[in-house]
Amino acid sequence: MAPILDITNLRKNYGATEILKDINVSIEPGDFLVLVGPSGCGKSTLLNCIAGLEPISGGQIEIGGRDMTHVSPKDRDIAMVFQSYALYPTMTVARNITFGMKVRGADAATQDRKLQEVAAQLQIEALLDRRPGQLSGGQRQRVAMGRALVRDPKLFLFDEPLSNLDAKLRVEMRTEIKKLHHNLGATMVYVTHDQIEAMTLATKIVVMKGGVVQQIGTPAEIYNKPANLFVADFMGSPAMNLIPARAEGNGEGTRIEMDCGGSAPIVLKDSRATGLPQDVILGVRPEDIAEAGFRAGEGVQEAACLIDMVEPAGADTYVVSNLGGKQVTARLHAETRAQPGQMLDLAFDLSKVSYFSPATGERLN
Amino acid sequence: MTDVTLAPAAAASRRNWSHFALRWTLFTLLGLFALFYLMPLFVMITTSLKSLEEIRTGSLIAFPREVTFDAWRTAWSEACTGIQCEGLRPFFWNSVVIAVPAVAISTMLGAANGYVIAQWRFRGANLIFSLMLFGCFIPFQVVLLPMARMLGLMGLAGSIPGLIFVHVIYGIGFTTLFFRNFYVTIPQDLVKAAKVDGAGFFRIFWSIFLPLSLPIIVVTVIWQFTQIWNDFLFGVSFSQAGTQPVTVALNNIVNSTTGVKEYNVDMAAAIIAALPTLLVYAVAGKYFIRGLTAGSVKG
Repeated sequence: MAPILDITNLRKNYGATEILKDINVSIEPGDFLVLVGPSGCGKSTLLNCIAGLEPISGGQIEIGGRDMTHVSPKDRDIAMVFQSYALYPTMTVARNITFGMKVRGADAATQDRKLQEVAAQLQIEALLDRRPGQLSGGQRQRVAMGRALVRDPKLFLFDEPLSNLDAKLRVEMRTEIKKLHHNLGATMVYVTHDQIEAMTLATKIVVMKGGVVQQIGTPAEIYNKPANLFVADFMGSPAMNLIPARAEGNGEGTRIEMDCGGSAPIVLKDSRATGLPQDVILGVRPEDIAEAGFRAGEGVQEAACLIDMVEPAGADTYVVSNLGGKQVTARLHAETRAQPGQMLDLAFDLSKVSYFSPATGERLN
Repeated sequence: MTDVTLAPAAAASRRNWSHFALRWTLFTLLGLFALFYLMPLFVMITTSLKSLEEIRTGSLIAFPREVTFDAWRTAWSEACTGIQCEGLRPFFWNSVVIAVPAVAISTMLGAANGYVIAQWRFRGANLIFSLMLFGCFIPFQVVLLPMARMLGLMGLAGSIPGLIFVHVIYGIGFTTLFFRNFYVTIPQDLVKAAKVDGAGFFRIFWSIFLPLSLPIIVVTVIWQFTQIWNDFLFGVSFSQAGTQPVTVALNNIVNSTTGVKEYNVDMAAAIIAALPTLLVYAVAGKYFIRGLTAGSVKG
């Protein structure tokens, strides 16, 4: 299938400052692309460039097979939802939604039909005569989405649409956006700084930092095989444990040794990893460390660790120990007998771990 | 802390009493100031309602013994401004014909300028805005000669369109400032959303920004109307017989009488000349206060 959005070698400068450096992204029709990264990473700028609201300094943007690099926003066949909703304050909800059609000269009957369709879809029929000032945050959010939906664009762009909502509403709307994507089969590009939003919504994630793409992949790829230390640390909550370790290869695998606050170092044997340098950073997700006996399989290695802290969280219990000078969180079952200040046998699932170079931060395995 | 030694009830009553005394002192003082400021207006109104005879014999601050509107009639339609004796009426009309279009045009230009400077940032926008702001602080006197030359070149010297032109030019600085400061508080996302919706520069201005602007339009109109109606220097410099605004005519009425000074006519004429600005403020004053604080509340 031809890509619906194809960005090649996109660059964006403000004066001498490079905001976006050589971005290459391409998505298929029906994809849900999430641009995620910390604030200031350029994700919103990239979205504005796709929309044509920011001129780009180099590269090319194709939408639906057409070169749109120098096309004005209104001709790009896109719709956009803004973080601030950007509803027109003096217009009623109905006029907000139909404004785009009116500007484009759609006849009154069509406007009304589409308005009713969208209003039914978003359950805002009762609000059509109100003004944005009389709506709650969640209702404004729906109207903003309505304004985008009514246009049937090739590409939906969302700029942190949920970050002004309270936590409960955010989860609700997240589900609703996902449902919408599923029902419409529409192509969406979504900007967020919230990695959970990214994981739950995306079919494809672009992780950005400092205007550079760190990794592009499916949520599973990003989560299980982070390309570098930044991605490993940024995606996932609680974050991946990144433990400085010494690696020593021999014929049948690698011996991994980690300092263990005070007591003897922990030694694990990874039979798959080969060719690692002497110093590595071991990345292991909290859920890949279990209490000994609760996890079995090839690659599971057990070692005793001193537990510093126990944090019951209902469904799970998090225990914190100190390895390689770092606090390491393990996600154990709720009924664990772990006690702070005591030794506990932990099972490390080495089939799931990542190795990173301490010097470059890049993934090694 | 002597209160500590007193019984609580006594302390409370003492506090009440001092609170009461303070309040009354405050109100009395404010009342006196108000009276002081209203004094000239009082004298103007009473004098304009007296006959010349009564003015000559009576006290300045006394109420008129016999109320007569003769002076008002004279000021409006009979008083002499130099050789012409038609009262203020034709000049009042001149002022209306100058002020209304000048206010409308300068407000519209200010709105358009403010919109561009605040929402369509372009290279040099800040410089242009600073220069316009600078224009607000150039004293009238400085521009008199160049402006006279300019009007001459344009063939507008001594004409009402010429005066409208001068007031529009001089007003743009202020009106731009007002609108720019108002529009700068409106989130840029609004323009972006409208652009994606397909609206162009003028459509966005007309459909989204102007409907939002009522408070600032009122502020600008009051400001501009007061400035232009009350202007004397431009009026006297760039007009000729027949195109003079009411302020110039008022001056002529007061200064060109021969023989007995008709204070009652002068006072009536002064009040007539001041009425429109008073009226504008009375009608739109509450929007004025609202407009000055607007932008803090977004719809």
